[in-house]
Amino acid sequence: MAEKQHPVPAYGLAARDQSGLVSPFNFSRRETGETDVKFKVLYCGICHSDLHMLKNEWGSSTYPIVPGHEIVGQVTEVGSKVEKYRVGDRVGVGCMVGSCRSCNNCSQSIENYCPKMIQTYGGTYHDGTPTYGGYSDVMVCDEHFVVRVPDSLPLDVAAPLLCAGITLYSPLKFYGLDKPGLHVGIVGLGGLGHVGVKFAKAMGVKVTVISTSPGKKQEAIERHGADAFLVSLDQEQMKAAMGTMDGIIDTVSAVHPIMPLIGLLKTQGKLVLVGAPEKPLELPVFPLLMGRKIVGGSCIGGMKETQEMLDFAAKHNITADIEVISADYVNTAMERLAKNDVKYRFVIDVANTMQAP
Amino acid sequence: MANKSPETEHPHKAFGWAARDNSGVLSPFNFSRRENGHEDVTIKIHFCGICHSDLHSLKNEWGFSRYPMVPGHEIVGIVTKSGSNVSKFKEGDRVGVGVMVGSCKSCDYCNQDLENYCPQMVFTYNATYIDGTRTYGGYSDMIVVDQRFVVRFPDSMPFDAGAPLLCAGVTVYSPMKYYGMTEAGKHLGIVGLGGLGHVAVKIGKAFGLKVTVISRSSDKEIEAVERLGADAFLLSSDPLKIKAGFGTMDYIIDTVSAVHSLAPLLALLKPNGKLITLGLPDKPLELPIFPLVLGRKLVGGSDIGGMKETQEMLDFCAKHGITADVEVIPIDKVNVAMDRLAKSDVRYRFVIDVANSMSK
Repeated sequence: MAEKQHPVPAYGLAARDQSGLVSPFNFSRRETGETDVKFKVLYCGICHSDLHMLKNEWGSSTYPIVPGHEIVGQVTEVGSKVEKYRVGDRVGVGCMVGSCRSCNNCSQSIENYCPKMIQTYGGTYHDGTPTYGGYSDVMVCDEHFVVRVPDSLPLDVAAPLLCAGITLYSPLKFYGLDKPGLHVGIVGLGGLGHVGVKFAKAMGVKVTVISTSPGKKQEAIERHGADAFLVSLDQEQMKAAMGTMDGIIDTVSAVHPIMPLIGLLKTQGKLVLVGAPEKPLELPVFPLLMGRKIVGGSCIGGMKETQEMLDFAAKHNITADIEVISADYVNTAMERLAKNDVKYRFVIDVANTMQAP
Repeated sequence: MANKSPETEHPHKAFGWAARDNSGVLSPFNFSRRENGHEDVTIKIHFCGICHSDLHSLKNEWGFSRYPMVPGHEIVGIVTKSGSNVSKFKEGDRVGVGVMVGSCKSCDYCNQDLENYCPQMVFTYNATYIDGTRTYGGYSDMIVVDQRFVVRFPDSMPFDAGAPLLCAGVTVYSPMKYYGMTEAGKHLGIVGLGGLGHVAVKIGKAFGLKVTVISRSSDKEIEAVERLGADAFLLSSDPLKIKAGFGTMDYIIDTVSAVHSLAPLLALLKPNGKLITLGLPDKPLELPIFPLVLGRKLVGGSDIGGMKETQEMLDFCAKHGITADVEVIPIDKVNVAMDRLAKSDVRYRFVIDVANSMSK
């Protein structure tokens, strides 16, 4: 039983079934092992993936689920072999808490592509017990999967960087879309998209936001710093922009046509998908061939890169735009998130509102 | 004034075989070639390979065919005349012409030896040349081509078996270089064992790769492994074999033009693997996104190669003794060959013996 599985009592919010409604949940965390870091959770961002998992939209959910993989807090205990962190440090945990640590991917610091990567919640840890995420008051995590949150970044606005931030930072670098003077499109202006605009601008890239909602134009340009805004349902605008982009990062997880996006790319352009629609999309092959274009994917980033991303964000003053909520607002927040009614990430004030009664 | 006919629009008489409509059936065709300009080379055609694209174009499967059409873009022959600005070629030289005969020569792509991506690139056949006349391909006795679009044919390379390299060869060589598929010891999967696929096996082995042929036809296994030198064969119609191959390949070259799902191919790739698609299906393909995202995999395209790269490919193949496996036919068997090609009944390219069988 979750409460007795481990020695350290923990309290959080869990869903018990695919209604996805969360409610108070008593469980437990493991003893702080030699390489573990234990921290008091102060804030946890709500990622759209949390909603997909709560409602079992990907078919892989087992209940109870305690979501949350944008976790920040303060270290309260470190294991005897921990070198990187001390009590009192400001730290974060993102989407992974474990991997095999020995395959090609792990040795190249891309633990996110390790076939045995363990997710922060909804996964199974090395000791066979289920992993529970950051909608909870305490976390115990191997130091390898903990990052330091730079002092200049407030914890609440830094939390979403642990998933949304790295999810955009990694492909901008990997696919070479981080060079000054390039033109990159970002599809979707939500949790991922708004952070993507900020990172790309900081890299010196010209950014066009591509969206179905004309109402987002002002925000995109005036608040987030995008250079231009393209309404994807407007044929004329799309036609005028054909062949103008070196790359596009597509954050949209609903099923949508990618042919118009491929048309926006210059020859040798790259369309990178970071949202994952659960049904296949249609890939028109002619434009891919005629322009030597690629369609690729990307999934979060490795631990080294996640730290690098946070340090870059601190240097360039990049934080998420958030709405801080209390623990008892989470279900309402989920309903609003389903309608994209948030600018642009909910963050749960765990320290002040999530306590065992 | 009436438009000039194909026979009269240019000063030099030429003879070839053309289709007049989308039945795609070819028959004798009298037409003409332009005067050999300062930059041009006139070539007496000896052999011309039959590319599967010729069949697609003849039957207007892609929707942009115009008739009469003289196909053929795997052309080899001997120079009979060279223009005053031509220093690379002289009379008697063995040369080849591939898929392009023109480009703007001044854009960024042309300046980077990527004429194949020039927005004004002109195809060897079924296109409009800079003088406004239609281009006619290599199923003909002679052709006049701008020197930039002519390659020198290595002395050691036989004409007939080398001709298909001008399209099939560069079509696989170019993406192998661009997408970094040349690291010895890495594992390349090749889907489809036809004109493109069989050349890809040979070039892949020359790069020191481990090569697995992926095919629906079990009877291709012996060919693939014993004759062409592939290291392994994976029967794609066997779900157990596919499953056993999951996550084992660094790259896959997909040469299949029929519509098919990319899901099993993506699953065969290791994380960070690359699937390069070279076939031209007439409808979009189904692309599952989860495997792309979770494994940082990519699907890329490629279209022939630039002229510099085409020459580089020919020289590479000559060095490694690589030619296509061909069935040489006389021109009057071309319609039968097309029927057989539609059923993939050829090992692995038909090549028309133009010099010996094409006369008025």
